[in-house]
Amino acid sequence: MAKIAAATGNEAVANALRQVNPDVCAAYPITPQTDMMQRFASFVSDGKVKTEVILVESEHSAMSACVGASAAGGRVVTATSSQGLALMWEILFIASGTRLPIVMPVVNRALSAPLNIHGDHSDAMGARDAGWVQLWSENAQEAYDNTIQAFRIAEHMDIRLPAMTCMDGFIISHSIERIEYLDDDAVKNFVGEYLQVNPLLDLGHPVSYGPLILPDYYMEFRRAHNEVMSKVAKVVLDVAKDFEKISGRKYGLFETYRLDDAEIGIVILNSAAGTSKDVIDEFRGKGIKAGLLKPRLYRPFPYKEIADALKHLKAICVLDRADAFGGSYGPLYIDIATSLYGCKEKPVLVNKIYGLGGRDYLPVHAEQAINELVEIAKTGRVKAVKEYIGVRE
Amino acid sequence: MKLKGWKEVTPGAVCTEAGSALKFKTGSWRAFKPKWLEENCIQCLFCWVYCPDMAVKVNDGKRAEFDYDYCKGCGICALECPGKKGKKAIVMEEEGK
Repeated sequence: MAKIAAATGNEAVANALRQVNPDVCAAYPITPQTDMMQRFASFVSDGKVKTEVILVESEHSAMSACVGASAAGGRVVTATSSQGLALMWEILFIASGTRLPIVMPVVNRALSAPLNIHGDHSDAMGARDAGWVQLWSENAQEAYDNTIQAFRIAEHMDIRLPAMTCMDGFIISHSIERIEYLDDDAVKNFVGEYLQVNPLLDLGHPVSYGPLILPDYYMEFRRAHNEVMSKVAKVVLDVAKDFEKISGRKYGLFETYRLDDAEIGIVILNSAAGTSKDVIDEFRGKGIKAGLLKPRLYRPFPYKEIADALKHLKAICVLDRADAFGGSYGPLYIDIATSLYGCKEKPVLVNKIYGLGGRDYLPVHAEQAINELVEIAKTGRVKAVKEYIGVRE
Repeated sequence: MKLKGWKEVTPGAVCTEAGSALKFKTGSWRAFKPKWLEENCIQCLFCWVYCPDMAVKVNDGKRAEFDYDYCKGCGICALECPGKKGKKAIVMEEEGK
C-alpha cells in the first residue's frame, strides 16, 4: 500500500534513493541539495539502506568516484546543485561518453556571480548538452517519481546513459507537500537487479576503461552516442507505462494542460508550471483559450513530439528561468523555436526570462504573458521577442 | 586493417580485448631517439624497469636493443642510466639528424 506523507522535495528524493538502495553514493554537500544527501547519509548510518557512502573533497571528485564505482560494476548515485554541477562539468562528459548509468538528482540553483543560493535553471541548462538524460519535475511528487524511473531509464540496455532529475531549489526542495510514497518492495521490484556491462571488477574478463581515441575513431563513438540518444524517448515512455502500473500516476515526454483546443500557450519548466496552470484556469473562465506545455524529458529534447503538440497554436510564450547569454534567447525558447521551424504554419513565439536567482514567479507574471499572447493572436504584432519580466527598470 | 563503422564500436569505448596497445605503434611520436652504447652498459636493467612502455627489450636476462615501434623518446631511460665510469650507456639523439 502506498503511504501518504507530508515531505519536502529533498526528503522525498532521499526516500526514493533509500528505496532503490544503490551500491555506491559519492556526493559533496551544496545548498540546496545538502539536506537531501544529509537525510540519505542518515538512512545509511541508521542501517536503513546498504549503500556505501564515499566522502569526497569536491564535486569534481564526487563525479569521478561515481564514474569509477559505476565502471567497477555498481549502481551509483550522487546529487548536486549549481556550482557543484559546474565543477562536475568535465566528468559529466566522461560519465556519458563511457555510457555509465549514474543517476543524479539536481536541485536547481542559480550560478555565481553574483553569489546566490536560490532556485533557477542556469545550472542544469549549462549541462544540457553533456550527453545525459534530463528529466524535469514540477513538484516533490514528480521529483520522487522521476528519480525512481531514472534508474530504469538510465540502465535500460538500449541506452546505458547517465540521467539527472531536476527540481527547483528551495521552492520544491525545501517546501513541504503531500507525497504518495510507493512501498519499498514495489520500488525494489520496479528497478530490479542491476548488472553492469563489462564491469572492471569482473577479473575473469579483464577490460580497460578510458582509452585514447584519435581522429580515426573519435567520430564513430560520437555518432554512436547520437544514435543512443535517439532511443531515449521510447524508453522513457515504456518505463512510464510500467511506473503507472505500480503508482497509478501517468507520465509522458511532456505534460500538456488544456492545450488541445487552445489558441495561445505557455511553455514552462518545473515549479512555475503549477502557478501558470492556475492562471490558465482563470483565463479559461473568461473564455480565453489558453493552454500549457511543460517539458519533462528535456534531454534528449523530443523536438517532433513537442512540435506536434504546439503547432496548432497562434502564439506561444516560452518562459525561461535561465538566460543563454550570447545565444540571444533563453535555452528553452531556442529548443521550442528549433522544434517548430519545420512546421509550415508556425505560431508566433515570444520569450520571457523570469525568476532568476529565486525571484518569485507570481500569477501576475503568467497573466502578463497571457494578455500579451491574446494581443499577438489578435493583431500579429510583437512588441519584443525577448524580455525580462519581474525585473526593476 | 579495415576501420570499424560507428555501429561496430564498443559502447563507451571500453577495451574488451587484452593487449590491444600492441596494435598502436606510438614510436612515430618520437622527437628524440635513445641510443644504446653497449660498451658503457653494466647490465643493471634500470632502463627496463623505468621504461613507462615496454620499449626496452631483454633477452636471456641481458639488455637487448630498443623496440623503436613503441619508444616515444621520453628520455627516462637515459636519465636513469648510471653508465660506466661517468659515461652513459644511453644517450638521446635528435630524430632525423
